[in-house]
Amino acid sequence: MQELIKAEITVDGVMLLTLNRAEKRNALNNATLQYLCELFEEAEHNSRVKVVVLTGNPYCFAAGADLSELAEMDAVALQLDIRPKLWQKIDAFTKPIVAAVNGYALGAGFELVLHTDIVLCGENAKFGLPEIGLGMLPGAGGTQRLARLVGQQLAMRWAMTGEMISAKQAQQHGICSEVVPTALTLEYAIQLASKIAKQAPLAIRVIKQSIKSIHEITLSQGLKSERQNFVWLAATKDRNEGINAFFEKRKPIFRGE
Amino acid sequence: MDYKNIIVEEKNGVGYLTLNRPQALNSFNVDMHHEVAEVLNLWAKKQDVRCIVISGEGRGFCAGQDLGDRVVDPNAAAPDLGYSIETYYNPLIKMIVNMPKPVICAVNGVAAGAGANIALACDLVIAAKSANFVQAFCRLGLVPDSGGTWFLPRSVGHARAMGLTLLGDKLPAETAKEWGMIWDVAEDTELKTKVTELAERLAKQPTFGLSLIKKAIHQSRNHSFDEQMHLERDFQRIAGRSEDYREGVQAFMNKREPNFQGL
Repeated sequence: MQELIKAEITVDGVMLLTLNRAEKRNALNNATLQYLCELFEEAEHNSRVKVVVLTGNPYCFAAGADLSELAEMDAVALQLDIRPKLWQKIDAFTKPIVAAVNGYALGAGFELVLHTDIVLCGENAKFGLPEIGLGMLPGAGGTQRLARLVGQQLAMRWAMTGEMISAKQAQQHGICSEVVPTALTLEYAIQLASKIAKQAPLAIRVIKQSIKSIHEITLSQGLKSERQNFVWLAATKDRNEGINAFFEKRKPIFRGE
Repeated sequence: MDYKNIIVEEKNGVGYLTLNRPQALNSFNVDMHHEVAEVLNLWAKKQDVRCIVISGEGRGFCAGQDLGDRVVDPNAAAPDLGYSIETYYNPLIKMIVNMPKPVICAVNGVAAGAGANIALACDLVIAAKSANFVQAFCRLGLVPDSGGTWFLPRSVGHARAMGLTLLGDKLPAETAKEWGMIWDVAEDTELKTKVTELAERLAKQPTFGLSLIKKAIHQSRNHSFDEQMHLERDFQRIAGRSEDYREGVQAFMNKREPNFQGL
C-alpha cells in the first residue's frame, strides 16, 4: 500500500513529514490524520527529532478533508467522531512544527497549517476556508485560530465567502512568516528547522508553550508563567553552556539537559 | 486549431499569434479575447514553443476595444466597463507578463487604446516605422487600462506619461523608441524578417533562465534593493539547477556552441 505520509530525517534533528496522496490532492481523510498523529507521537518520544517540517507537494499542501467520508456522517456519527481528538493530539505536540506550504491549503488543509508554529510558503500558495460553499463551517479550529491570527474583519470575510488568500496576503496578515520561490520552499523550511534544531531543546519547548498560551490566558498570567519558565531554565545545563559559549566566543553545544 | 479572429502558427520554436480582424483594425471583441486566451494558455505550457510573437493583420496592430460592442444607449443604465476589464483585459495582460517565455510584440501599424498597452505588456516591442501609439482613452472620458498607467510612467517617466495619457496624441514609433518605450523600430518592409530573426534566436536560448530574468525584472518594480538582492539569490539558486545551465557551462568549457533545451 502507498504510504499516506512519508517520514524521514533529512538533516540532523529535523524530521520531514510529506503528505503523500497527490492523486487526492492530499485530502486529509481519517486514515491520513490518524497516521499523522502516530508520526507526531513517535516524534514526540524520539530524542533525535528536534523539529518537524510538514509539507505537501509543489502543487498542493492539502486540499481539505475527505468529502466522501464527511458526507456519510450524520449528526450522531459526527458527535462520536474521532477527528477532534486527533486534532487535539496535533495541538498538544510539544516540539516546533514548521509548515512548508506550496499550492493549495484549503479547509482542513488550512486548519492543519494553523496548527503549526511557523509557516513558510511558496509564491503559488493559496489558503482558504471553502467550507461555506458546502453549507458547512470550518470544523477544526478554522474560525477560532484564524480569527485570533488575523482579527475579526478578515476572518469573517474569508470564512463567509470562501475567498482564496494569496501567499502575499498570507504574509501581510501573519499567516506565514515568509514567502519564497515555490521551488525553494521546502529547502528553506528545512534550513529554518535546522537552525531551530541546533538551539537548546528545553528552551525551545518552553518558548512554544509560552507563545501558544497567549490565546488561553491573560497577560498577567502569561507574564507569570513566562517568569516561571525563565527561572526553570536556569536549572538546565544548556543555559550554562549557552552563556559560557558566549563568553568564550564559541558555538554552544546543547544537549537538551 | 481553427480560429475566426486570430491566425496561429508554430514554426521553429516560435508561436506566432496574429490578431485578425483587419476590417476593424484588429480591435478586440469577446470572441477574439476567448481565442487569444486559449492560445496563450496553451503556449504557456507547451515546451516546444519557446518564444511568442504577437502582431496584427492588415494595416493596424490593434485598436483596443471594439466600440461597436459598446454602443451606449443614452436612456439605459451606465455600462459596467470594469466587468470586461476584469474578465478579459486584465487576465490577458497578466498572462503576457507572467508568460514563462519571451513575448515579442511586432507593432505593424497603429496601436491604440488597450492595443497600445497590450504592446507595452510584452517583453520586447519592435514597431514598424509607420506605426504609432495612441493612448486614446482620454478622448472618450475613460482611463488608460490594460496596465497603461502602470507601464507608461515606468518606461517614459512622469512628464511624458502625463502628456501621452491626458492628450491622447499619436506617438510615432521612432519617438517611442527614443523615449525608451519600445525596444526597436524597423522599416515597414523589414519588420517581419527582423522579428522572425529575433524570435528564432530567443527560441534557442535557455528559456527557463529567461523566464526567471523576466520575473526578476518585473518584480524589481515592487521591491526594495535588499528584497531584490534576496530575489536574485533565490532565482540564481533555482537557475543553477537547470539543465541549460549545465549545458551552458559545458559548452563554454569545451569551446562549442551550447544546445539549450529550455529546461
